[in-house]
Amino acid sequence: MAIKRNMDPKKCPMPVQDPDVRKNNFDEVALGYTYEMAVNEAKRCMNCKNKPCTTACPVSINIPAFIERVANEDMEGAYEIISQSSSLPAVCGRVCPQERQCESKCIRGVKGESVGIGRLERFVADYHREHSTEKPKMPAYNGHKVAIVGSGPSGLTAAGDLAKLGYKVTVYEALHLAGGVLVYGIPEFRLPKMIVQKEIDDLKAIGVDIETNMVIGKILTIDELFEMGNEAVYIGSGAGLPRFMNIPGESLKGVYSANEYLTRINLMKAYKEGSKTPIMHSKHVAVVGGGNVAMDAARCAKRMGAEDVYIVYRRSMNELPARKEEVEHAMEEGIVFRTLTNPVEILGDDTGMVNGIKCIEMELGEPDVSGRCRPVEKPDSEFVIDVDTVIMAIGTSPNPLIRSTTPGLETNQRGCIVTDGDSGMTSREGVYAGGDAVTGAATVILAMGAGKAAAKAIDEYIKSKN
Amino acid sequence: MYRIVRKVTLNPTVSLMEIEAPLIAKKAEPGQFIILRAKEDSERIPLTIADFDREKGTVTIIYQIVGGSTMELDTLSEGESLHDFAGPLGKPSETKGLKKVAVIGGGVGCAIAYPIAKKLSSLGCEVHSIVGFRNKDLVILEDKFKDVSSKLCIMTDDGSYGTKGLVTNALEELIKEGNEYDEVIAIGPLIMMKFVCLLTKKYGIKTVVSMNPIMIDGTGMCGGCRLTVGGQTKFACVDGPDFDGHLVDFDEAMHRGTMYKDFEAHVRDESCNLMKKGDR
Repeated sequence: MAIKRNMDPKKCPMPVQDPDVRKNNFDEVALGYTYEMAVNEAKRCMNCKNKPCTTACPVSINIPAFIERVANEDMEGAYEIISQSSSLPAVCGRVCPQERQCESKCIRGVKGESVGIGRLERFVADYHREHSTEKPKMPAYNGHKVAIVGSGPSGLTAAGDLAKLGYKVTVYEALHLAGGVLVYGIPEFRLPKMIVQKEIDDLKAIGVDIETNMVIGKILTIDELFEMGNEAVYIGSGAGLPRFMNIPGESLKGVYSANEYLTRINLMKAYKEGSKTPIMHSKHVAVVGGGNVAMDAARCAKRMGAEDVYIVYRRSMNELPARKEEVEHAMEEGIVFRTLTNPVEILGDDTGMVNGIKCIEMELGEPDVSGRCRPVEKPDSEFVIDVDTVIMAIGTSPNPLIRSTTPGLETNQRGCIVTDGDSGMTSREGVYAGGDAVTGAATVILAMGAGKAAAKAIDEYIKSKN
Repeated sequence: MYRIVRKVTLNPTVSLMEIEAPLIAKKAEPGQFIILRAKEDSERIPLTIADFDREKGTVTIIYQIVGGSTMELDTLSEGESLHDFAGPLGKPSETKGLKKVAVIGGGVGCAIAYPIAKKLSSLGCEVHSIVGFRNKDLVILEDKFKDVSSKLCIMTDDGSYGTKGLVTNALEELIKEGNEYDEVIAIGPLIMMKFVCLLTKKYGIKTVVSMNPIMIDGTGMCGGCRLTVGGQTKFACVDGPDFDGHLVDFDEAMHRGTMYKDFEAHVRDESCNLMKKGDR
């Protein structure tokens, strides 16, 4: 069917909760396109031959094809196309940094704004969840077992792909709830937990077993997983240990890692009234770092009642690694960005409580190995921001529990598991790894991409053996 | 779900639970801990493993009711189940090559000191145990310690049982009597461990302490359990819980331990009020 293209140079805006309202609640910020908005936005896609968007997608979704279905109002058809490549579309539509992936290559972006690919993906996934009555089909068992360590985006993706191929998949989760960073890290207002739960329920429906409270490396080793009849193991255990800056004052009361702060609020539900989880109800908060985790922590602090929340970041606004939308939303909610600022000491009172953060002004020098300008201290520019809480969101280093109990598993000097190219193959036969355990802290979609590639490699490996 | 096969009240605020957890029982070693949640919306509580039975497939925990979370745990009875039980976490206590050791337990810390004393004794090590309590009513595990120690000193603050005084008094006396220990293992309140360490430093005896700070996941993810040991930041859950007591910054640990004191007291009082208002 011929589609009448929509030549509006701008994306259809995403309806959102008013900033003054949402900064006081944990409900989802972005409300999602209506049916009409989605169809209209889909008509902005030129369905161009080269599909540059698809090449920029870490899981290679056939983007123009699904968008064409939306334009033709065939929402289930659109969902089917996305599902062929992505196990968690409702999640990715919400948390992918589209402006640096698919949307960065969209030809509509040359003379205007790109097509709202992420928003359309989210619409299609939400529409399917709300309207489809079709139960996921249980694939026929192929006689082979695979174990997966970690139920975050990487592990769930690998589990889904392998289960669809007929493998009996068991996912081991260390915490009491499956979902990894999707449940302990990313807050409710950005990714409602109901959506994550639905994705997990769908995996269970196709035969994936999820065992919680299983700290692999402790209760069972990787070797024991093989002894139990698994022919391959995929390690998607995530980033793990939070980093601190090693500056004075980090042990004061009121200093959190972002992991701890977010886990208390999200996984342990401290955001709910009457929650039994202890959390500081801070008034003045400094969040150190400029990534998505920093934005999440800052916006949570605001919602927990803080009057002033500062993002303290050592480079400038242009280098912020967070998703563009998160930065915009944070600014709308009144988060103050103290860029070109680096903490040198956290100050405390005589009871050991934080009462300030001493920072130094920075300026940008020559580009460093990451290609970004290296921040350099300005001499004698120290100043103090009065805060009662400091949240460190400066990244993580991989968890030692698996590498220390798996003989022959090669890791690099940073503790990341070493893999061979895209396949996720490690130095141990039959052991594959991906996601933050391999790359260090990165994004949900890259972890999913790794899970996907490893599932394919594991399938080929097991087939080649049998 | 993890069934409570046995529950015993040890003293008015301390109880023991034997939990069915065969996979954990198979791997558990003295010094390690578990994390449990009593019910679906409960807090995660880290508790050191007090005993384990590999054949029966059970793990024993001993807890003191100190706040809302332990109070909730205590509402569960024999035959009921814990919602979550994960472990064994942390590194096991080092017992290799020890010939003569003083094991010191303070209050509910005795629950953790006992399995170590038991293991050392089974390895042929001479164990002198010193256990301290506030008063006679709070004494726990006396017989158990007796079974595995060639010498047992019971100390109470008020002299209502054993000898009046602190565990450090007993330890110093034993040292002065000429006992030469390869190591002192001290487990109890931070203040007790701090003073044991000050004493043993004076005599140059290596001392290991078991730290039990606030933590959430127990796998290294949250960093809430961080301590300063020898000037470096360590995570009790993955680097410990045992550390060289002469290197631990106890004052900082004591400060950090009070972070949620008001909150816990508030929850506890609320639970009490609710209980008062309830049907019971």
